Amino acid sequence: MEHFISLFVRSIFVDNMIFAFFLGMCSYLAVSKTVKTSFGLGVAVTFVLLITVPVDYLLQTKVLADGALAEGVDLTFLAFILFIAVIAGIVQLVEMVVERFSPSLYAALGIFLPLIAVNCAIMGASLFMQQRIQLDPATSTQAISSIGDCIAYALGSGIGWTLAIVGLAAIREKMAYSDVPKPLQGLGITFIIVGLMAMAFMCFSGLKI
Amino acid sequence: MSLFSKENGEVFMGPLNLNNPVTVQVLGICSALAVTSQLKPAIVMGLSVTAITAFSNVIISLIRKTIPNRIRIIVQLVVVAALVTIVSNILKAYVYDVSVQLSVYVGLIITNCILMGRLEAFAMQNGPWESFLDGIGNGLGYAAILVIVGFVRELLGFGTILGFQVIPECAYVENGGLYINNGMMTMPAMALIIVACVIWVHRAYNKNIE
Amino acid sequence: MEKLNTNSNAYTIIYASVMVIIVAFLLAFVSSALKPTQDANVELDKKSQILAALNIRGVEDVAAKYDEVVKSDAIFGADASQGPKAETGGFAVANKDITADNRPLYIAEVDGEQKKVVPVKGAGLWGGLWGYIAVDADGETIYGTYFSHESETAGLGARIAEQWFQDSFRGKKLYAADGNDIVLCAVKPGKEGTLSPDNYVDGITGATLTTDGVNNMIKECMTLYKDILTNK
Repeated sequence: MEHFISLFVRSIFVDNMIFAFFLGMCSYLAVSKTVKTSFGLGVAVTFVLLITVPVDYLLQTKVLADGALAEGVDLTFLAFILFIAVIAGIVQLVEMVVERFSPSLYAALGIFLPLIAVNCAIMGASLFMQQRIQLDPATSTQAISSIGDCIAYALGSGIGWTLAIVGLAAIREKMAYSDVPKPLQGLGITFIIVGLMAMAFMCFSGLKI
Repeated sequence: MSLFSKENGEVFMGPLNLNNPVTVQVLGICSALAVTSQLKPAIVMGLSVTAITAFSNVIISLIRKTIPNRIRIIVQLVVVAALVTIVSNILKAYVYDVSVQLSVYVGLIITNCILMGRLEAFAMQNGPWESFLDGIGNGLGYAAILVIVGFVRELLGFGTILGFQVIPECAYVENGGLYINNGMMTMPAMALIIVACVIWVHRAYNKNIE
Repeated sequence: MEKLNTNSNAYTIIYASVMVIIVAFLLAFVSSALKPTQDANVELDKKSQILAALNIRGVEDVAAKYDEVVKSDAIFGADASQGPKAETGGFAVANKDITADNRPLYIAEVDGEQKKVVPVKGAGLWGGLWGYIAVDADGETIYGTYFSHESETAGLGARIAEQWFQDSFRGKKLYAADGNDIVLCAVKPGKEGTLSPDNYVDGITGATLTTDGVNNMIKECMTLYKDILTNK
C-alpha cells in the first residue's frame, strides 16, 4: 500500500510528465489556451492512460518479455509497434464506447480523443513502465511490478499532466493583459512560463514518502 | 524537373529556417527538450530523427498510391514504428552509452509530431525524391535546435563541449578562479527557457512569422 | 489495366496482413542480427563497473582486462563455510536476485594480491543505488569502490557517481578497531562523533539523503557478505 501511495504522489509532483520529462508537449502547448478545454483534455489523457498502461503491462510481461511465451522466445523488438497499436486501438475503442453510452461525456471529451493517440505522454508512460519493470521493488520507489503499480502510476501521471495543463491555461488566460515584447508573444512567453513552472515543481524534489 | 531545381531547394531549406518544425510549427518539442542536457545525445537524437523522417517519407511516398484510405494512419504508424525499432536496435548495438542516456526518448520518436505531420502533409502527395528532401530538411531543422540547446546547456552546465573541458580548469572557484558551473542548466526547466530565447531571437530576425 | 479499388474491404485486409508480415520479419531479422552486439555491450558495461571498483578505469579493451584481472565469479549459498555453491555464474546474477542464499562474489587478483569484489545495492533519495566494493584479503580494508544511481539529483546526490567520492573510500576500514559491526560511512564534516578517521569519508554537501542511502547500502550489503569476507 505504501508503495502505491509513494508511486502515485511521485508521479504527480516529482516525475511530472510535463515538467520532468516534457511528454505530451505538443498538445500541452496547443490546447492550453482556456482552463475549460485544458481540463477536458487532461481528463481524457488520464482516462486513456488508465487503460493503456495496464494493458501494455500485461502485453509486456505475458507476451513480449524474454521467455514469457515460450522458453527462449524474446519478442521485445515488437514492443514499439504493439504499444502504439494498442494505444491507437484503445483510443478508437474508447471513442466508440463513450459515444454509444454517454453522449454528454462524448460531447466533452470527444474532440480530444483523436489528439491523444499521438500524445507522447501516453506512449511515454508505457515505455517508462517497460523500463521500470526491471527495477528492484525493494530499493526503488519507481519500480513497477504489478497491475496495481501500473494503475497508481497511470493515475498519478494523468493527474500530474492535468494539473500542469490547467495551471498553464489559467496563467495564459491572465497573460492576455500583459505587455510582452513582440517577438516573444505567444509561443516564446509560453515556453518561459512552463520553464518557471518546472522550476517551481523542482521544489517538490525534497518530497519523500 | 531536375533533382536540384529551385522548388526542391525550397523544400529542403524552408524547414531549416522560416518553417522550422520546432520554433515555428511547434512540433516535436518533447524530445527536443529532454535529451539536450549534453551535446552528444542531442546530436545522436537529431541524426536519428532526420534519418527516420527521411526514410519514412520515402517509403510512404513510394507506396502512397496503394495505401487504403481507411487504414492510412495505421500504415503510417507501423512504418514509423518499424523504422524507430531498427534505429533503437542500432543505437543499442553501436553507441550503447548514448542509448542509455536517451532511454525512452528513442521510442518516443514514434509519437514525434514532426513525423506524422510530414507524412500526412507532404509524403502522401509528393514523389519520393521531394519527400526525401523534405524529410532531411525537417529532420535537420529539428536537429539544429537540439544542437543549439545542447551546446548552451553543456557549456554552461558542465563547462565542457562533447565531453572535452573548454572552460579552463584554473578559472574555477575550487582552483582559485572566479567561475562556477551553472547547475541550473543541467535541470530540465532551463531547456524550456533556452528554447524560448531561440524563438525570441528567431522571430526578432524574421518579423513576418505570425 | 483495370484500376485497383484500394477502398474495398478485401484489399484493405490483405494489405494490412501483408504489411504486418513484412514488418514483423524485417524487425525479427534486424533484432536477431544485432542482439549479440547489444548483449555484449550490456556485459561490457557491467565489467567496466567491476573494474572501476578495482581502481582500473578508462581501459581500452575492457573484456580483455576483465579476463586478466577477475579470476572467478562464484556464487555463495546461505552457509559460506561450505564454500561456494557454484564456482562460476555469479556474473549472470542480476542485482535484484541477490539474496542471502544467492550471493555472487568476484575474486580478482591485482598486482599479485587477492581482492574480493562485492556487488551492493540500496535505495537512494529518488531511486535505486548500486555499485561494487572491492575489499583486500584481510576482509576489512576497502581497496576501491564504484557507485552508480538511477535518478539522484544532478549536481548533488548524483555526485556519488564521481570518481573523487568513490576514491575517498580507498584504504578505509569496514569495522571499528574494537567492534564487529560495519561502521564505515560517509558523514558531514564535523559530525564524525567518535568515529576513527579510518572509518569515515566526507559526505556530499547538500545530499544528506543520498549519502544516507549509500551508508545503508554499505552496511546492509557488507553485513550480508560478512561471513564470506572474514571470520568475524
